[in-house]
Amino acid sequence: MGKPNEYDDIPGTTVFDAQRSRQGYHLNMFCMSLMKAENRAAFKANERAYLDRYPMTEEQKQAVLDRDWNRMISLGGNIYFLAKLFFTDGKSFQYVAAVMTGSTQEEYAQMMLNGGRPPEGNRYTAEWEKKQEWKKRG
Amino acid sequence: MARIVAGVATSHVPAIAAALDLGKSGEPYWKRVFDGYQRSKEWIRKVDPDVIILVYNDHASAFSLEIIPTFALGCAAQFPIADEGWGPRPVPAVKGHPELAAHIAQSVILDEFDLTIVNRMDVDHGLTVPLSLMYGQPKEWPCPVIPLAVNVVQYPPPTGRRCYHLGRAIRKAVESFDQNLRVVVFGTGGMSHQLQGPRAGLINKAFDERFLDAIARDPAALTRISHVEYLREAGSEGIELVMWLVMRGALDDEVEEVHRFYHVPASNTALGHIILENRK
Repeated sequence: MGKPNEYDDIPGTTVFDAQRSRQGYHLNMFCMSLMKAENRAAFKANERAYLDRYPMTEEQKQAVLDRDWNRMISLGGNIYFLAKLFFTDGKSFQYVAAVMTGSTQEEYAQMMLNGGRPPEGNRYTAEWEKKQEWKKRG
Repeated sequence: MARIVAGVATSHVPAIAAALDLGKSGEPYWKRVFDGYQRSKEWIRKVDPDVIILVYNDHASAFSLEIIPTFALGCAAQFPIADEGWGPRPVPAVKGHPELAAHIAQSVILDEFDLTIVNRMDVDHGLTVPLSLMYGQPKEWPCPVIPLAVNVVQYPPPTGRRCYHLGRAIRKAVESFDQNLRVVVFGTGGMSHQLQGPRAGLINKAFDERFLDAIARDPAALTRISHVEYLREAGSEGIELVMWLVMRGALDDEVEEVHRFYHVPASNTALGHIILENRK
C-alpha cells in the first residue's frame, strides 16, 4: 500500500478505491453471480458450499454468512455489488443502510424524512472521536 | 447540422423505479417526487428531441469488476433492460442511434478523449429512471438514446473538469454531424447521498443548492471541486455529480434555467433536477 489517502479522515466512510477493489475482487464477483436466478437458488440451498466456489478469504466468507455489512465493506466489498446479496435476501438499500449505521429501519427512515444526516459534525474522523470521548465521560 | 438544444440533470434513485413499476406513484411519499416532474414532462413533450445523449453510471449491471471503463459510449442499435436481481424493469428496450454515436466516438477520440466503444450493453436504472421521470410510462421511448456510461463505482471517477471538457467535445461532434437533429443531453445521478458505512444517510442541502445555482450560472466553478470535497461534503455516492458536468459542458456558457426541483428524501438520497436551455 502507498501512503495514506486524503480521504481516509472522512468518518464512517470507506472509499472503494483500486486497492480495495483488488482486495474485494472475489467477494464482489461472488455477489455479481447472484444476478442469475439459478445461482441465487444454489446459494440459498447451501450458502457455505456456494461460497467455497470462490477463492475468497475465510474472513470474507464468514462476513457474508453473518451478513455483517460493515465487515464486508472493510474487506473490500462495494455497496453496489453487496446489493445483489441483500436483494437475494429480499432486503432494501434502506434496510442495509440502517443496519450499517446501527439504527433500526424506522429510526433511519425517520432521520431521512427529517432531512438526512447533516454534514455538521460528520466531516472529519476527529469530530467523531470527540463525540465518543463525550459519550464515555457521560 | 445537428445541434444541442437543452440539458436535463436529474437524480436516478432506483426506488423511484420500484415506486413507478409497482404502482405506488400516487402514495404521498412518492407523489411529492413525481409532482416535481410534471412541468418537465410538459417541457420535453414540447421540445420533442430527435435524440437524447444520456450520461449515467452503471451499477454493477453491465460492468462487473472485470472491465471498468471510465467513459463508455453505447454505439448499438438497441440496449436491453438489465436484470438487476429482481427481473428487468417493465419498460421498453432502449433504441440507440448508431450513426450519431459512431460519429461522436470518432470525433471525441481524435479530440483526445480515449473513450471505450460498447456495442453490446444492458442498461440499468441509472439510465431508465431519468427516462421514466421525463416520459412517464410510454409503450415505446419517443426517441433514440445514446448511453454514455461513466465509472463512478470504483474510485476515482473522472474529474469534474474532465467531464466538463468531454461535454464540450461531444458538442463539437454533434455540431459536425450532417443530419438535421435536435439533441438533448441528460446528466444524471446525485445529489448528496451516502449508501454505505456508519455515515450512511448523509445529506448536504446547502452543498446541493449551491451546486444547482452554479450548474446554471457558473459551471466553471464546479469544475474546481476536488474528489475529496465531493466525498466529504456530498457523501461517498454524491460524487456521481461529476456526470452533470458532461451535460453542462455540452451547453452554451449562458443558458436559460427552465425548471428546478429539489426534494429530500427519495429513499436515501437528496433528489435534484434542473432543465437548462440554450438561448439561440
